Amino acid sequence: MKDFAYAVPATLARAAALWREAPDASRFLAGGTDLLGMMKDFVIQPARVISLAAIPELRGIREEDGALVIGAMTPLGDVIASPLVRARCPALVQAAAGIKSPQLRNMATLGGDLLQRPRCWYFRRGFGLLGMKDGKSLVLDGEDRFHAILGNAGPAKFASPSSIAPALVAAGAELLVWNGEGTRRMAALDLYRTPEREEESEFSLAGGEILVAVRLPAARPASATCEVRQRKSLDWPVAAASACLDLENGRVAGARLVLGQVAPVPWLVDVTSLLAGKPLDEEGAKAAAEAALKDATPLAGNGYKVQVAEVAARRALLAAAGKAG
Amino acid sequence: MRELNKGWPKLDEATHLGKRTPRIDAADKVTGRAKYTQDVNLDSMLHAKFTLCPHGRARVQSVDASAAQALDGVVLARAIVGEGEELEHAGREVAVVAAESEEIAREAAQLVRVEYEVLEHNVADASPDLAGEWAREQRGRDQGDVDAGFAAADVVVEGRYGAPIVTHCCLEPHGSVVEFVDEEHVNTWVSTQRISSQDEDLAGELGIQPENVRAVCQHMGGGFGSKFQFDVWDRECARIAEETGRPVKAMLDRDHELMVAGSRPSAYADVRVGVKKDGTITAWESRSWGSGGAGGGSSPRLPYVFDKVPQRRTHVSIRTNTGASRPWRAPMSPQSCLITMAALDDAAAALDLDPLDFFLKNLPFTERPEVYEEELLIAARLMDWRGRFIPRAAQQGAVRRGLGLSLHTWGGYGHDSNCSTTIRGDGAVTVSCGTQDLGTGSHTVLAVVTAETLGLPVAAIDVRIGDSLLPPSGGSGGSTTVGGISSAARDAALDALRQLLARAAPELNAAPEECRAQGGRVFVAAAPERSLGWTEACGLIGPEALSGSGRTDPELMADGVGGAQMAEVEVDVETGVVAMKKLVAVQDCGTVVDLTTAESQVYGACIMGISSALFEERVMDPTTGACLNPNMAFYRLAGIGDVGEIVVHLMQTEAHHARGVIGIGEPPVISPIAAISNAVANAAGVRVPYAPFTPRAVLTALGKGRGR
Ligand SMILES: Cc1cc2nc3c(=O)[nH]c(=O)nc-3n(C[C@H](O)[C@H](O)[C@H](O)COP(=O)(O)OP(=O)(O)OC[C@H]3O[C@@H](n4cnc5c(N)ncnc54)[C@H](O)[C@@H]3O)c2cc1C
Repeated sequence: MKDFAYAVPATLARAAALWREAPDASRFLAGGTDLLGMMKDFVIQPARVISLAAIPELRGIREEDGALVIGAMTPLGDVIASPLVRARCPALVQAAAGIKSPQLRNMATLGGDLLQRPRCWYFRRGFGLLGMKDGKSLVLDGEDRFHAILGNAGPAKFASPSSIAPALVAAGAELLVWNGEGTRRMAALDLYRTPEREEESEFSLAGGEILVAVRLPAARPASATCEVRQRKSLDWPVAAASACLDLENGRVAGARLVLGQVAPVPWLVDVTSLLAGKPLDEEGAKAAAEAALKDATPLAGNGYKVQVAEVAARRALLAAAGKAG
Repeated sequence: MRELNKGWPKLDEATHLGKRTPRIDAADKVTGRAKYTQDVNLDSMLHAKFTLCPHGRARVQSVDASAAQALDGVVLARAIVGEGEELEHAGREVAVVAAESEEIAREAAQLVRVEYEVLEHNVADASPDLAGEWAREQRGRDQGDVDAGFAAADVVVEGRYGAPIVTHCCLEPHGSVVEFVDEEHVNTWVSTQRISSQDEDLAGELGIQPENVRAVCQHMGGGFGSKFQFDVWDRECARIAEETGRPVKAMLDRDHELMVAGSRPSAYADVRVGVKKDGTITAWESRSWGSGGAGGGSSPRLPYVFDKVPQRRTHVSIRTNTGASRPWRAPMSPQSCLITMAALDDAAAALDLDPLDFFLKNLPFTERPEVYEEELLIAARLMDWRGRFIPRAAQQGAVRRGLGLSLHTWGGYGHDSNCSTTIRGDGAVTVSCGTQDLGTGSHTVLAVVTAETLGLPVAAIDVRIGDSLLPPSGGSGGSTTVGGISSAARDAALDALRQLLARAAPELNAAPEECRAQGGRVFVAAAPERSLGWTEACGLIGPEALSGSGRTDPELMADGVGGAQMAEVEVDVETGVVAMKKLVAVQDCGTVVDLTTAESQVYGACIMGISSALFEERVMDPTTGACLNPNMAFYRLAGIGDVGEIVVHLMQTEAHHARGVIGIGEPPVISPIAAISNAVANAAGVRVPYAPFTPRAVLTALGKGRGR
């Protein structure tokens, strides 16, 4: 990797100030499990790395006005082990627990997971986020087996890599973001965007903005995550789904289904109208899963992901309702 | 003097031979005391890294290393290909950089500016329709009356099968360290499968005498056939050490390793098998194709094991612009085995026969029917095949289980090896051999044989290997090492023992040939109470140690093994995920030197086989010719959670034991892909034509999912 300067500010204000000194050449460092790999591969070559490890506001899991606030620098292992998180959002714990390596769980942070860069192998081999060469998509002409099957009409073909994001979006989580002067709030889904041009980011954070915490709302819907992974050991899911159900007397009042690894962003589908007023059963789950994938536009070599995502969606809905898929 | 019994002791008379000795270097390995080439760090050592070609095929127009040279900490940066030179695949080394640290060298390698003329390339090999300059028809083979065989068939079963290019993915990458002691003397540490001739290659490169080169490889992190060559990085490491007068280390980074340092050729085939209703095979016809890189590839051996079936085969060798193939653990055999056993399994399914009965029935077409029958029946018992086999497509539900089987064969005859055994006056024993331990257990084998021969505990033996100054031994390829080194060690230990007995006998008032060494004592065979303790006996040696020398002994070795494996998998037919449940491996290898290390070879082979059955594949980009997965996040290997239960059974009867030592490193890696392919077909109800059996491959075979 390229040599770089290293800073460990103790406050958000100082971190933002350091960023402003060299906005284009700086990167924030959380657990480093993604950032350092990209630097070693020369995919990014920041001149300055700003560690977020010494900023107290970014740490810890606490209840606030009924909501649960999880600091962005919380290691995934702490999220998995937390009884508070478990009681409120099983889907989140299940998603985090899908990341099988103890090393990653100890080092990787919640914020870093949400902000990890796409695993598109063209991007990771230095062909840019959109994987273009001479104005043409390498993905379309090449190896697309892990790429997007939804939301892929534009030049972005990569799949959103975080397997935590779908659970948070399904749970209606909000994000707290420090913008240099104060903290703003946004819906978890709004963190993600589909870039149209190579210079654009897949995140809506402005340069230098810091993710402070994730805020889970007071409501405690039934929830579950179902991931389809090829390997039992460390691997990304082929496709995944998180489901949250508001149940009233055993009947569905609201249902949020979010697919992961299928589109450049976590893919939210509102399946309430399909499921409302009835108890969730096999048939309903199947119909909702089919509806979620109805508009899929697989590329030449990833049609199998439509099937996998549909199964994950069905199984997640059933699991959220407490039924085996 | 009458010969001491030179043959191996009988199974029930042996103390260590064929028993369980924990690997003698295990503690060194788990504590980190064991030093690999990667661990060698010398004072003022430089690190070399390479600039790699990013294109599938290109001609070099110019190389400008000045920016790399200008970086702080860089000592040397230069082109290693000439202008106008054609590079045949991405990852080819274009320039080398030597710097004060690995990180600086890596950064500098990125700064070398190379202009290329990009040429047309091909990285596709999976379709038989490639033609023109990329495809070359090879001479086919005919045996027996094939047309009559098909005419006699009740059913002709057709299918397509194959396996893609995979890499060796040695956990310790390739590379070496070179140090000039003075102008004429050089030390090198190198990760190699043939330490004894490493000195000659290096000496040739540097123009010095081979005896002035000392090559060392005490421990090695896997080679699998890819570490025989004196490679570009070894050459550049030596040259830079010579030019700079400083020690240099050149170990490959993972991407470089996966792109160029070894791959297994692909092999695919369209097969027709003629069978009678009773299950007898009448004829085989195959048209195969595949690639091993820019040089094309060799043809699989089809039909595999069932050699005597009337057969006709043709092969098309495809040139791809990918890193060249190197021998991969049992070269071409896993591919040949997969194609054959899958085609035969499909024939059994078409006839509605249990594959176990079908294979048993056709064993007369093999070279060693009795061995295979014995092994299949043992495997069937360990798998409970008869109790658990369900015919294809007879299950409901999302998760279905399946059984599959396969047979394999290998040679494994020992190579030429020398060995020396010294016994000192204080009783210390050292065995020295210029062999290497690839992680296979060579250290332990030498200790076991020497301890057995001298009647000592294994821990009493000091083992020296992995050094070109030691008595020369062969390269570790073709499963030849254990036969070569165990017989040479036996020979050397007997030579030393004879000399010891000659000194001890007079003390015991006996003739040397009447004496024996066992249980840590030297005694008169007919009157064991007339004895000396080992140290006491060695006290008679005097200040000069005894030295015995030995050579490979054909009478202690044999050739040719069989093996049967059975796999059980679960297939989720909704997601296409295949989970390994169990793999049973029954293996013969003649005289088992050490049961634990021999079994470990089989376990390791099964894991490697499972990994390439389910996960491994080198993925190339058609547009740029770049390798897309040269790292271990994208180049998937099986993790421990993915391998399921592995049951190993070694054939250790007096009859097998009496054959002599035969290598076991390769044969058990041959069958897993085939057995797993058959188990997946059994569970899913359809054949998944090509490994690896990923969700994509399985769902595509099941016709699920949208699009292509
Ligand atoms: C083999 C392997 C398998 C994996 N499998 C999975 C999986 O199945 N599912 C999954 O979700 N992930 C998986 N991962 C990814 C892993 O979870 C991420 O690498 C990790 O979560 C990143 O967290 P980190 O703290 O190490 O982030 P870093 O690497 O430190 O940072 C990642 C990115 O986020 C930015 N960043 C981090 N924190 C902040 C913040 N608070 N504010 C602003 N920017 C910030 C950094 O600048 C950087 O761009 C896998 C990784 C590997 C290597």
